[in-house]
Amino acid sequence: MDIFASLGLGFATALEPMNILYCFIGVLLGTLVGVLPGIGPTATIAMLLPITFSLSPVGALIMLAGIYYGAQYGGSTTAILINLPGESSSAVTAIDGYQMARKGRAGPALATAALGSFFAGSVATLLLAFFAPPLARAALSFGPPEYFALIVLGLLVSIALAHGSILKALAMIVLGLLLGMVGQDIYTGTPRFTFGFRELFSGLNFVSVAVGVFGVAEILRNLESEKNREVMVKKVTNLWLTRDDFRRITAPVLRGTALGSVLGILPGGGHILSAFASYSAEKRLSKTPQEFGKGAIEGVAGPESANNAAAQTSFIPLLTLGIPAHPVMALMVGAFILQGITPGPNVINDEPALFWGIIASMWIGNLLLVLLNLPLIGLWVKMLTIPYRVLFPAIVIFACIGCYSINNNIFDVYGIVFFGLLGYVLIRLGCEPAPLLLGFVLGPLLEEHFRRAMIISRGDFSVFVTRPISAVLLALALGVVILALLPSLRRKRAEVFVEED
Amino acid sequence: MKHRHILATLALGTMLAPVAALAQAYPDRPVTIIVPFAAGGPTDTVSRLVGEVMSRELGQQVLIQNVGGAGGTLGAGQAADAEADGYTLLIHHIGMSTAPTLYRNLPFDPLTDFTPIGLITEVPMTVIARKDFESASLADLVEKIKAEGEALTYGNAGIGAASHLCGMLLMEAVGAQMTTVPYQGTGPMMTDLLGGQIDLSCDQTTNTTNQILAGEIKAYAVTVPERLANLPDLPTTAEGGLPALEVSVWHGLYGPEGLPQEVVDRLQAALVAALADETVIQRFAELGTTPVSAEEATPAALTETLTSQIATWKPIIEAAGAFAN
Repeated sequence: MDIFASLGLGFATALEPMNILYCFIGVLLGTLVGVLPGIGPTATIAMLLPITFSLSPVGALIMLAGIYYGAQYGGSTTAILINLPGESSSAVTAIDGYQMARKGRAGPALATAALGSFFAGSVATLLLAFFAPPLARAALSFGPPEYFALIVLGLLVSIALAHGSILKALAMIVLGLLLGMVGQDIYTGTPRFTFGFRELFSGLNFVSVAVGVFGVAEILRNLESEKNREVMVKKVTNLWLTRDDFRRITAPVLRGTALGSVLGILPGGGHILSAFASYSAEKRLSKTPQEFGKGAIEGVAGPESANNAAAQTSFIPLLTLGIPAHPVMALMVGAFILQGITPGPNVINDEPALFWGIIASMWIGNLLLVLLNLPLIGLWVKMLTIPYRVLFPAIVIFACIGCYSINNNIFDVYGIVFFGLLGYVLIRLGCEPAPLLLGFVLGPLLEEHFRRAMIISRGDFSVFVTRPISAVLLALALGVVILALLPSLRRKRAEVFVEED
Repeated sequence: MKHRHILATLALGTMLAPVAALAQAYPDRPVTIIVPFAAGGPTDTVSRLVGEVMSRELGQQVLIQNVGGAGGTLGAGQAADAEADGYTLLIHHIGMSTAPTLYRNLPFDPLTDFTPIGLITEVPMTVIARKDFESASLADLVEKIKAEGEALTYGNAGIGAASHLCGMLLMEAVGAQMTTVPYQGTGPMMTDLLGGQIDLSCDQTTNTTNQILAGEIKAYAVTVPERLANLPDLPTTAEGGLPALEVSVWHGLYGPEGLPQEVVDRLQAALVAALADETVIQRFAELGTTPVSAEEATPAALTETLTSQIATWKPIIEAAGAFAN
């Protein structure tokens, strides 16, 4: 069956009225749970799994997939409006998106996120349709040394995430790395920094940390003075992008899509890197890097495109190899199995209508999402006019409920309190939370892949340079360091890391 | 006299009434089954399939609550602490029997802090290798492990995971150690096996059948006494000359300690009905397993399995020196 016949079959399946309905329900639900702080696609899909019993396999999987990529759209809404990222990817959007909202440019920020996501989603879906099997093969050549090298490169380039003092940024990364160590060491089973609490064995919950250091800390800061938040509400100006905005977002969207599509395919944590990597790239390439962190529209366009592209391409290892790239994909495996289909290399041949139907539905879903989200922008922006005394308790309550619903672990709620206070202290000290989150997310991955590479090579360090992909990535990382150290560039870097105060 | 008799009857009646009402009324609200692992995993899938039918039988919704973390001991601990009213139950697998040895300060005792209700299924495991691994048969593999030992890598899904247990048993049966490479779950481990980054593993059919049938990985044996219907060409470990490697991932349904007998009976009847359900049987078959018989879906059978398995695993885990804390 050639690709066009396959896609034809896919669209015939996806365009059945019932399947369009399921797709719509999925993306609508996804948008809603994405918007509610804390409640993410993981909890929603887990809760909806029993309902999918009674649906057809195609309908069920189309709906669940819709929830996942729908949540990527919705997640950026709260990140932009109230600085509350629900997932690692939207944490990056919060950096500049929230600053845009504070300047009264919430509308353009939301529109940028929606348009960037739509473009990225469409491109990534095409990629999925044409190249899924060979891409999945290529991703398999990434072993532990390659992932280690990729994460080293990611960490080094992402230092650009900070826009304050470089010393403080490094301190935040290290703090994040340390926080990431909490939990049971997977190699020896030894609990680290758990203080005897088994609730901490699986580590700190990312959502607790993110909601705490970004959202709750921001609420505390807002409550300090009446003036700040009135400024934020009153200055909402235009809702749509200007011609100049369009010109500024084009290149970041294209680069973000490319980066996200490539990184999303890697099952070992590549999708996590995509938004961080895109942000760093945009800041490096920008002629005005000092605007980043203060409301640069490129800082929203790039990462949003990257994370949505990665969300789509992370289906590639699942659909072609049966390998879940992250927890949401693991739930999708569960959904497949409940429907009596074991995901794996056979799905494409045994169930062509299902395979191509899901792919076609993703494009339809992205179209539905952009149609759904653009008119909603006005409504979301109005949310900012809700009196803060009403808004902030609601945010905190939803965040706690959402966080608790993920693992039913009360320590995740304690985590919000702890990291909220910590985040507030960090704001007062002029430290950025973004590098902390980066360290927290990438630190454990770095350690895991490094140690695994060393175990497999039986202690031989040369494994990192004798394997070609790893060697190239590490050479690039070295290049980044040399560039940063070159005297001619030192002046420019001094501009990038302007001291704020 | 007559009056007194009537009074006595009335008094007795009012005393008995709540008890009778309780027994009849159970369950009058949704029942929660704690699954101590993440949603989407094999144990979760088994639980949801069974829970769906039990829900019909009980006339009340059966909710699956995933409480992952600490190798399943967190969720099990929550179930142990729950009210013994039949509204909070637990589905746990073989990990229930290894936890007392793996976790040296476990806050619950699997044998005394739970009311066993019944066994659910025993999922077989398969000894697998990367697709281009040299050994042709299980006997060859055993020789190769003996000869090359730690030069070979064995991947598992983390401390206490079924693949970890099977690995310990395999190395003990062969009498040689390999280099163990732990992963965070089955997914990443399978990725590296497919990519040829590691040599061997042993995992539940739930996770391996599709990859074996597609020829993406090599399979040497199935770790149960009989061959499987959907992998008929795969010999058993006994046929392959390694009878000591016999292990299956058994799952059981428990309540907190002190569950009323009538509640246990009601739940056990619902469990038996679920295990006889057409859809459950069919889906279990697709997972490479079968529901246990009605005789095994009983408190007695579960207690016996749990007791003997705790005794089986204790020396193996201690010899391997693998402890979680």
